[in-house]
Amino acid sequence: MPPVSADGYLGKFRREGRIVIVGASLAGLRAAETLREEGFTGTLTMVGDEPHEPYDRPPLSKQVLLGKVPYDHTALPRRRAIDAQWRLGVAATGLNPADRQVHLADGESVEYDRLLITTGVRARPWPNDLEADLDGVFVLRTKDDAAQLHHRLKAGPRRVLVIGAGFTGSEIASACRERELPVTVAERGPAPLVGALGGVIGGVAAALQREHGVDLRCGVQVTGLEGDPAGRVRRAHFSDGTAIEVDVVVASLGATRNTEWLAASGLGAGPRGIACDAGCRAFDVRGIVTDDIFVAGDVARSPHPLFGYQFLSLEHWGNAVAQAEVAAHNMISASSDRRPHVWMPSFWSAQFGVNIKSVGVPPMADQILITQGSLAEHRFTAAYGHQGRVIAAVTFDQAKWLDFYERQIEQAAPFPTDFPTVDRRPEGMQPQSAGFPDPSLPSHGPTVTLSGHSPADRRISFTPLRA
Amino acid sequence: MRLVVDLNRCQGYAQCAFLAPEVFAMHGDEALMYDPQADDTQREHVLRAASACPVKAITVEDEAGAPAAGRAGASRVG
Repeated sequence: MPPVSADGYLGKFRREGRIVIVGASLAGLRAAETLREEGFTGTLTMVGDEPHEPYDRPPLSKQVLLGKVPYDHTALPRRRAIDAQWRLGVAATGLNPADRQVHLADGESVEYDRLLITTGVRARPWPNDLEADLDGVFVLRTKDDAAQLHHRLKAGPRRVLVIGAGFTGSEIASACRERELPVTVAERGPAPLVGALGGVIGGVAAALQREHGVDLRCGVQVTGLEGDPAGRVRRAHFSDGTAIEVDVVVASLGATRNTEWLAASGLGAGPRGIACDAGCRAFDVRGIVTDDIFVAGDVARSPHPLFGYQFLSLEHWGNAVAQAEVAAHNMISASSDRRPHVWMPSFWSAQFGVNIKSVGVPPMADQILITQGSLAEHRFTAAYGHQGRVIAAVTFDQAKWLDFYERQIEQAAPFPTDFPTVDRRPEGMQPQSAGFPDPSLPSHGPTVTLSGHSPADRRISFTPLRA
Repeated sequence: MRLVVDLNRCQGYAQCAFLAPEVFAMHGDEALMYDPQADDTQREHVLRAASACPVKAITVEDEAGAPAAGRAGASRVG
């Protein structure tokens, strides 16, 4: 379809073009709905490696492990009908941008005029294959993972070992304690959540775990998993020379981006994700932005003006939705009508009875100030500062204040904060080091990764786009 | 019936937990846990909860598989 004029091509494409979405989870589904909502009437193909229709993952480590919701009850509600051809249970294995073809695991190929990549991430497995294959060793990412793990927890194991105290690992440990199962958490870093929230808040997370009866061991590595003659995991060994008896092990070592299938495609794709511009268009390996390949969700990394134009990879539910909507809009719009993806990073976690929420990019911060409430009470608001401006905020059971701090981040408000707050305590008078570990030291990964060159680090004013 | 709550938006007002207690429950002081595939007999309660949510965080699918509560639950952009 060579364009006669840009508008002529776009009109024809919107009427009868072919769009393929590779990745049939949250981002892929919301993108498909947006395409139809905005008037795309051509052919839409959804390719997904899992055999299931799009489902929601956050409940898997919470309601599902607690037995409150069956593992197969998290299918995502549809905002509208999408009239798509579904290719589920078939992974994409390759991409040929010159021929505009996606190659599939069943040997077939699908042709596209524009492609959206939303292949997301997968759980990083326990690195020793033989140990990972032991019966009782799990990861948690898919609903099949959740079904197996829940089944095993229900059987009442003598002890569960969670390796890695990031958000998923901590939520699993929380569910185990709520089920009154003995649980050990092993974390290589100095505290749970330290990579995402820093050492000050990590200290609170550690206290929460211990108060709820978790055997939390920080600064140790699991050096080996041992099985019995029947191939069931029985014992775990730690780098401090100790060992424990376990029936269930969950490796919560963070995520790996699903980009291997793009290795020969010429796209700028690698272990950190697929680089794209603020309009969600993928870069190729030469650093040239593509016209017909778009990226959204966990697998994307894109520059953000609020955070020094660094490329952000966000493993956040809300980012998947917002970026999918922008990508879909841009796929079927003229360049002058395109929108930038300038979403404020936000996430939540529920663990040990506490609602943890975050806005901004905490790992960019060097300092932290407890602006409201108290760390000791596990109910507080923390503002994070980076070179004199507010860069992030985290609440424990104080979500109502977050909108205010979001505006502070957007306005690059000064840090330490100069406004009075309700319930400010003595600990909120002086900023302290946020306590992020040296990124070169091993720990669980943060759910936001900063990468790339910052051309300028100066204050900017930010005017959010009104949809 | 399928539903999803945008927990970035949710601020723990707990209106839903009062209006549809079979489907929504507070877990601790502020965290919300809900049944993403509630029984169809709960539809009226769930729709009432969705429209009462002060931050419009609840998306409900209607019987035909299309949205029931307008753009409730649509994400913010920008």
